[in-house]
Amino acid sequence: MAQLSDTASKADASSAGSVERPPLRPGWTVVARKELADHLLSVRFGVLLILLALVAAGTVFAASDAIRGVAEQAAGVPGVFLRLFTVATDSVPSFISLVALLIPLLGIAFGFDAVNGERAQRTLPRLVSQPIHRDDVINGKFAAGLTVIMLVLASVTLLVAGLGLLRLGIRPAADEVARLLVWLLVSVIYVSFWLAFSTLCSVALRRAATSALVAIGAWLVLSLFAPLLAGIIADGIRPVSDQATVERVLSNARLENALARISPSTLYDEATRAFLNPETRTLGAVLPQQTDRAVPSTLSLEQSVLLVWPQTVGLIALTVVCFALAYISFMRQEIRA
Amino acid sequence: MTEPVIRARALTKRYGALTAVDHLELEVAPGEVFGLLGPNGAGKTTTILMLLGLTQPSAGTAEVVGLDPARQPLAVKRRVGYLPDNVGFYDGLTGRENLRYTARLNGLKTGEADERITRLLERVGLAEADEQRVETYSRGMRQRLGIADALIKQPDVAILDEPTAGIDPEGAAEVLAFIRGLAQEDGLAVLLSSHLLYQVQSVCDRVGIFVRGRMIAQGSLAELARELASERQTTEVESDGEAHAVERALRSVSGVDEVRRDDRSGLWLVTSEADVRAALVEAMAAAGLRVLHLRRQAQELDDLYRRYFHASPAEARNGAAV
Repeated sequence: MAQLSDTASKADASSAGSVERPPLRPGWTVVARKELADHLLSVRFGVLLILLALVAAGTVFAASDAIRGVAEQAAGVPGVFLRLFTVATDSVPSFISLVALLIPLLGIAFGFDAVNGERAQRTLPRLVSQPIHRDDVINGKFAAGLTVIMLVLASVTLLVAGLGLLRLGIRPAADEVARLLVWLLVSVIYVSFWLAFSTLCSVALRRAATSALVAIGAWLVLSLFAPLLAGIIADGIRPVSDQATVERVLSNARLENALARISPSTLYDEATRAFLNPETRTLGAVLPQQTDRAVPSTLSLEQSVLLVWPQTVGLIALTVVCFALAYISFMRQEIRA
Repeated sequence: MTEPVIRARALTKRYGALTAVDHLELEVAPGEVFGLLGPNGAGKTTTILMLLGLTQPSAGTAEVVGLDPARQPLAVKRRVGYLPDNVGFYDGLTGRENLRYTARLNGLKTGEADERITRLLERVGLAEADEQRVETYSRGMRQRLGIADALIKQPDVAILDEPTAGIDPEGAAEVLAFIRGLAQEDGLAVLLSSHLLYQVQSVCDRVGIFVRGRMIAQGSLAELARELASERQTTEVESDGEAHAVERALRSVSGVDEVRRDDRSGLWLVTSEADVRAALVEAMAAAGLRVLHLRRQAQELDDLYRRYFHASPAEARNGAAV
């Protein structure tokens, strides 16, 4: 800061006729504010909001009906409120599984044209010739995208919680609220990964359409095909025959698990399961002996956090890597086309 | 001349093996309009980006308003208004909203910014269209909005890249008159780049001819013309006489080095050390040939410009040595 004001005073001193200039706001906040206004008025925001509201309404009605159907058994079961988010019926998938599917789409929608959109409109040279640092552009855009997505996710979650309250009449316990908040936080990290990834696409690829396609392709591969691929590769490396020993079956399962965890969508799914199903005690392969005579009980929130701490850190790391790549390649790029 | 606000010393930019800007020497004073003229791809935009600190020079130094743009880009960009080549705006926003964003990036408060925007839009003749979305603007309107955008920050220096490109001649004349006013009335230093010499030469105090990254000639129009007069020159002659006879007559004049015929135009091009126009007419008359057209080339800047633009690198170097 001292250096900056020093520069400014030197600049003013060098030319007496210079007009007085107002102090600058941090550049990224100005960029973020403009981007935020653009996003909130954009068609894509409206479409995604409606889509997620439909998901919320649809799943919460199906789930609450299912819960009511078994109300007698359900009475007194801990974590009933969370079931609103996790219960799937034959016809309607659960809220969290649909959200897990749609989160990448949210991240992609608000990032795929961040930089190449400015290039296409030829506004980039004008923007970076203003008194802001070049990273202000990418930081501001990322901040604005993340804010909008957080807004969408939080309001949709509240919608489900509110509708659930009305239909079931159950009050959430403090632990359940805390679990929901932690789940939201992990969802925000997951969405940041996709936002960073699509921003990277928008820096690296000159055309917005290409960038969107690449990002959507990555989404399909990582979300839908990753588990299949992990299984195929694991079977190839550690094949399991009909007479295989327990050790072999286990080693195959562990490898499959490890491979699947390369994909951020697996990491997020596991984290979601641990946070919203307090009964989840382990992830991955479990032998019948290990569950023998186990008393069904729930984990405390701390224990759930501990269980998926590696997954959470993995997600953060992937996000940081993606954002850093986008950042560096943008800083090194030439401004002119 | 007062202290220059733009100064480039041996400014060089290389992209791999390609030298986009080669040891550029440049000075622009306050209140002066300097025209950086050259064909597309000559390195004009690269030079401008270096002056703004948007590209790092490979060698040499640039100094703008007394600061090094590579080291203090923010301080430089606060005081330099820039109109990019083929300027773009956010199409979904109105002209006023686009300028408001620029004003905010420059730290202006909303009230002050709006006042300034209104004044500037009036000056560039867009007062009526200020609440229209930019997507409805014509090319000329965008260009004028771009100039208003460059002036929002009340710069000491205006750098305008191809300010007249894509506008009709009438619009271009208006824009140029406006640029002239910026330098004369507001005391700005204006650096404008163009590949349209004819269009911009009238508003430039000084011009630099920029070809393949090299500044091959620099000075006021009068200075350049004087330089040219002492140079080897080419005279165009048109005649309806028989080709051999014309050629013989032209060659007979003393001082003539070379005579050749331009296949396309049918003009005879006579190269000589000094002005031989009178002698040529006499020789033609003596041979009984009619002279339909006679003009000394390279007298006007346009000819110089055209010559350099078509010149081979070797010729361009010779030209630079003059």
